[in-house]
Amino acid sequence: MHAENEVHFRDAAAKALLDPQLRANFRRAMDGLIAKRKAQFPDPRDLQDLRDLSTAIRSRSLLCLPELLEQLEASCAKNGIKVHWAETCEQANELILGLLEARGAKTMVKGKSMVSEEMHLNAFLEKHGIEALESDLGEYIIQQDGETPSHIIMPAIHKNKDQIARQFSQKIKDAKYTEDVDELTAMARKVLREKFLNADAGLSGVNFAVAETGTLCLVENEGNGRMSTHVPPIHIAVMGLEKVVARLEDAAPLYSILTRSATGQAVSTYFNLITGPRGEGEKDGPQEVHLVILDNGRSRIYADPQLRATLRCIRCGACMNHCPVYTRVGGHAYEAIYPGPIGKILTPQMEGVGVRHDLIHGSSLCGACGEVCPVEIPIPEILVRLRREATHEDLGSKVAGKGTGRTATEDWAWRLWAGVIKRPGLYRVATWFATRFGKALPANAPLIKNWTQSRTKPVPARRSLSERMRAEGVPHE
Amino acid sequence: MNDPRTAILGRLRASGDSGPLPDLDTAVLERRQWPAAQRPAQLRKGMEAVHTEFLEATPADWPAVIRSFCEREGLKNLLYGPTSEAGSALAAAWPAGGPALKPYDRPVETFKEELFNGVDAGFTGTVGGVAETGGLLLMPGPAEPRLMSLVPPIHIALLRASTIHDTFWSAVKALGWGRALPPNALMISGPSKTADIEQTLAYGVHGPKRLIVVLVDDQA
Repeated sequence: MHAENEVHFRDAAAKALLDPQLRANFRRAMDGLIAKRKAQFPDPRDLQDLRDLSTAIRSRSLLCLPELLEQLEASCAKNGIKVHWAETCEQANELILGLLEARGAKTMVKGKSMVSEEMHLNAFLEKHGIEALESDLGEYIIQQDGETPSHIIMPAIHKNKDQIARQFSQKIKDAKYTEDVDELTAMARKVLREKFLNADAGLSGVNFAVAETGTLCLVENEGNGRMSTHVPPIHIAVMGLEKVVARLEDAAPLYSILTRSATGQAVSTYFNLITGPRGEGEKDGPQEVHLVILDNGRSRIYADPQLRATLRCIRCGACMNHCPVYTRVGGHAYEAIYPGPIGKILTPQMEGVGVRHDLIHGSSLCGACGEVCPVEIPIPEILVRLRREATHEDLGSKVAGKGTGRTATEDWAWRLWAGVIKRPGLYRVATWFATRFGKALPANAPLIKNWTQSRTKPVPARRSLSERMRAEGVPHE
Repeated sequence: MNDPRTAILGRLRASGDSGPLPDLDTAVLERRQWPAAQRPAQLRKGMEAVHTEFLEATPADWPAVIRSFCEREGLKNLLYGPTSEAGSALAAAWPAGGPALKPYDRPVETFKEELFNGVDAGFTGTVGGVAETGGLLLMPGPAEPRLMSLVPPIHIALLRASTIHDTFWSAVKALGWGRALPPNALMISGPSKTADIEQTLAYGVHGPKRLIVVLVDDQA
């Protein structure tokens, strides 16, 4: 109880709002993404039908989650993919380190994986002398600058090309300064090709894992995912345990709504289906494929029938693209792996609703996120639920850190209010004073200040309702 | 025993209300249909929008079409799978001299350096196409290794018009991919691309810079 917030989204957001460059970068990018998504769904009926189908697919996958995970494990084993389980990020990191060390691997190239960000895998491996290099262009750019992703699909969206041009000219050997996007891309290609050619291991995330066939589906545009999973001798895939679907036919509509919702593309450049290591007679492909299934709080989220919807997420990022808060403060202000609306419900459930109390309240509840979500996650409703969880210890609730978001001030305020409201005499005196002298209260008084900082001070009525009713002879009580 | 697997599955089961998989309403996917004669144009529209180039050919002249493309572009060599159907047909019709056919017939471990630095283009067949969004379906394997369509700067793919499906979903069903898959199968819709710098599209980031589809009109 009474744990004060450790992370201050409010302060970080206030700082971000003062950065005109950052705001311009995000505004431009999000406007573009909103328009492109809209163009992909010209028919509202098609969109709604596809959302309903996608929601049904994800919901039924979750309904049968333990069975599907077991089926996935068995199918993978049949195909020669070794499955590993990890309850925590630490376990997953150790597992991967073990696999790499056993094979004497010193360098690993990575396709984009948000779960590996969740694990802070790169830092962990580097501590153990293994180079983990991001190969998605956006991830490469931010890793080079020691940053974290500010968007789950476009990790370097907070930077403009001048900033990237300066960075490349300083950090890539023999690079000249250019603001030409094709030339910048070519520079990264040259560096990374060399890395793909020589890497000892490759790592990827998983967009959908198919239980029936034991297939890992990877969605990408750049080809770095294919490079990371096909060129090095060992491929390690990491996934959150919610990523499983029953059949490959289920992955097809999810894939379609994913690319359209995420970047406004009808289809990505590559939809790569990996069902095993190098097969009999094959001349390339990894000798070994491993799949690490991570829990990290997901099974706890799963236990709550309402919050379980959080796990339907297919990580398209549409909720952040359409969020008025995200667009203004950018991804880093959240100080979380998953920013934006989905992050606001996912992060507090993983890390505790008390320590991430600011995130749950960093929303106007405008509802845009829920409206665009391809799998209809009721993000605003879940935010409201988590706001209650943060300050209450409801019986039967399994929410991490429930009740720990209460502050002493809040407690005191509620106690005062309860004390007054329960005593009619005191209540009458209090409302008499509030109606007569409320106007005189200075706008910068403590507590009032939090409201008046960005809003006009409310003016109380001259008389309370019950006073008026009495005066006007309206029968009541 | 408290290993992670048992613990995770135990927790999931404890919250379980699991039952048989409920049925799905897939009408939205079923109504995406095109008459066979219109599918090639629909596929082309989608793929050209993402910079895929098309060469038209007949069942008889496609090797010559590829040959003249290689000559026109000044390619020194073309990587192919000598035991694949498309690869052996190409080799049979390939005149001596000019651009050389380079077979991918060794394990990549002895071929990596050459593959990355000594190949101008790679040629593969396809097992079908997808009309709705535009896309090629490939099943790499012993005869056509995975990296042929990824590492060389140009990827040339042979597509027979009669093998184009309506959607990826219908293709998965028709090809039986939902029941069994080879170690690798994929859909490709264009050359490798990125928009990670200011949302500006740039082609050829890690994979091929150009994708050339040789579209064979076999729908007489």
